[in-house]
Amino acid sequence: MSGILRWVFEPGLFGSAAVGVAVLVGGAVAVVSGTVGVLTVIRGQSFAGHALADVGATGGSGAFLIGLNPLWGFVGVAVVAAGIMESVGVRRPRGRDLATGIVLGAGLGLAALFLYWDTTWSNTTGASMTVLFGSMFVIDGSTVPVVIGFSVFVLAVVVLLYRMLLLSSLHPDLAAARGVPVRLVGIGYLAALAVTVSLSAMTIGAVLSTALLVGPAATALRLTKRPGWAMAVSAAIAVAATWLGILLAYDSYYWPPLQRGWPVSFFVVVLVFAAYLLTHLPGTGPRRAPGPVSLVNTRKEA
Amino acid sequence: MFAGFMVNTWLAASMVAVVAGVVGFFAVLRGSAFVAHAIPQGAFAGAAGAALIGAGTILGLGVFALAGALGIGWLGRRGRHDVATALALVVMLGLGALFLSMSVEYAPEIYSLLFGEVFGVSGGEIGPMAVLGVLCLAAVAVLYRPLLFTSVLPEVAEARGVRAHRMEMCFLVVVAAATSMTVPVVGAFLMFSLMIAPAGTARSFTDKPLHAMGLSVAIALATVWAAVAASYETQWPLGFFVGVGGALAYGLGRGWARHRGTRAVRTRPPTGAVVTAG
Repeated sequence: MSGILRWVFEPGLFGSAAVGVAVLVGGAVAVVSGTVGVLTVIRGQSFAGHALADVGATGGSGAFLIGLNPLWGFVGVAVVAAGIMESVGVRRPRGRDLATGIVLGAGLGLAALFLYWDTTWSNTTGASMTVLFGSMFVIDGSTVPVVIGFSVFVLAVVVLLYRMLLLSSLHPDLAAARGVPVRLVGIGYLAALAVTVSLSAMTIGAVLSTALLVGPAATALRLTKRPGWAMAVSAAIAVAATWLGILLAYDSYYWPPLQRGWPVSFFVVVLVFAAYLLTHLPGTGPRRAPGPVSLVNTRKEA
Repeated sequence: MFAGFMVNTWLAASMVAVVAGVVGFFAVLRGSAFVAHAIPQGAFAGAAGAALIGAGTILGLGVFALAGALGIGWLGRRGRHDVATALALVVMLGLGALFLSMSVEYAPEIYSLLFGEVFGVSGGEIGPMAVLGVLCLAAVAVLYRPLLFTSVLPEVAEARGVRAHRMEMCFLVVVAAATSMTVPVVGAFLMFSLMIAPAGTARSFTDKPLHAMGLSVAIALATVWAAVAASYETQWPLGFFVGVGGALAYGLGRGWARHRGTRAVRTRPPTGAVVTAG
């Protein structure tokens, strides 16, 4: 028995400070991403979620350039970009996607410039690599309180706006008729989304940020109808995938071909995707996802 | 700026702009901005994989772009489209992270695959690019009417016997082909900017599909040419000028549309006005 345990949990796993920080930060980020992700999927804003992570990277590389803590660059630029997206965005989903794309294009252009300056002036070739993929095992221990503080803030915003957000996501017109400030709620939600993804993009990379935002939430929405439950299930899936991914990455240190560890992001992405595919097996998830898709389908049938 | 070694650059940039303008018109019309972003960015993982096993970059890009396109189409049929796109993108990038961690010397090339290296185009790269580009344009020309139909009025097209899902697959494959052609030269991010911004801008100026497509190509060409010139003068990356220039053009277009007070242009697909009038 102890032999199997020893094989699963490589010696030194629990003693390593880097792994401890990764588990803490990864867990906090996963809970927040999973929760916010349910609203993102219901509102059909996966693209915005992904774009904000990429645009946050612009802020990160900009802050890097002027010697500021990248965290503030990430969060600041992502929140500003979210504001622009919401103010440009038309209410039709197609127009909204276009506005997101334009902001993303401009953000990536600026990122190209910042990274160019970073690499020519301060000689940091790894910058583009770190910004894209992040590296969970080299998170600075001092960012832990900041990450947890922001996580609590985002969760508080979601809890406070929960009912209004849900109503304005599912039935914008009904919400407006009931006196919900739809536009304001949308901006508040997008700001929360921006903080979430920029936080996760900075700590675990833009790739994992999108994976944890969309994957667990889409899986959870296939499993349960009730948004509250979906949020809990989604957060649980996200945390499980993250921790299992960390464990596997730590174990993979002795795997072929290179003997230096496979990336965490690979494992987490595969786990998240496998969970999503499992809900698509025949006989599971008979219901349709809420939101625009089901509306479109009913209209087609009518 | 127009010296011998720059000829390839101008040629490659112009070809990319034409293809991006045409394909981008449909990407914007169909609301597929996310797909236009996901396929090029995800495909770059294929280049990393190809480098790992010693295959050609364009082959790796092509395989991953095609796999990504088919994956998005397959998943999108069973779930929400944006979720399918996001998941396909992260799976491809996750694989990319794995490939990159396994190869040692590849890291410097990432930057150029993401942000482009248009000033290093060799004569040998122009040939395959031109072939793929012509294929894309031919595919769009053949599919033009049904593609337009399903993009604007999916329900009516379905009723008239056009298979919406098949058209979606065709469109995704065209995006994949355009991607494999352009990413080695201009980079994933630039390709995305060139597909979205000019086409989005063109829609602020005209309602007619062919005019919008032509305008989209013209704006893409103007953006790229100005960007190449500016990048040549300043040594700053091309992606910066294309990305920011595209956003500026879009902003101008929106300002113009608002000035004219043509609400229909902004909120309705091009032929929508005709349909509601009739």
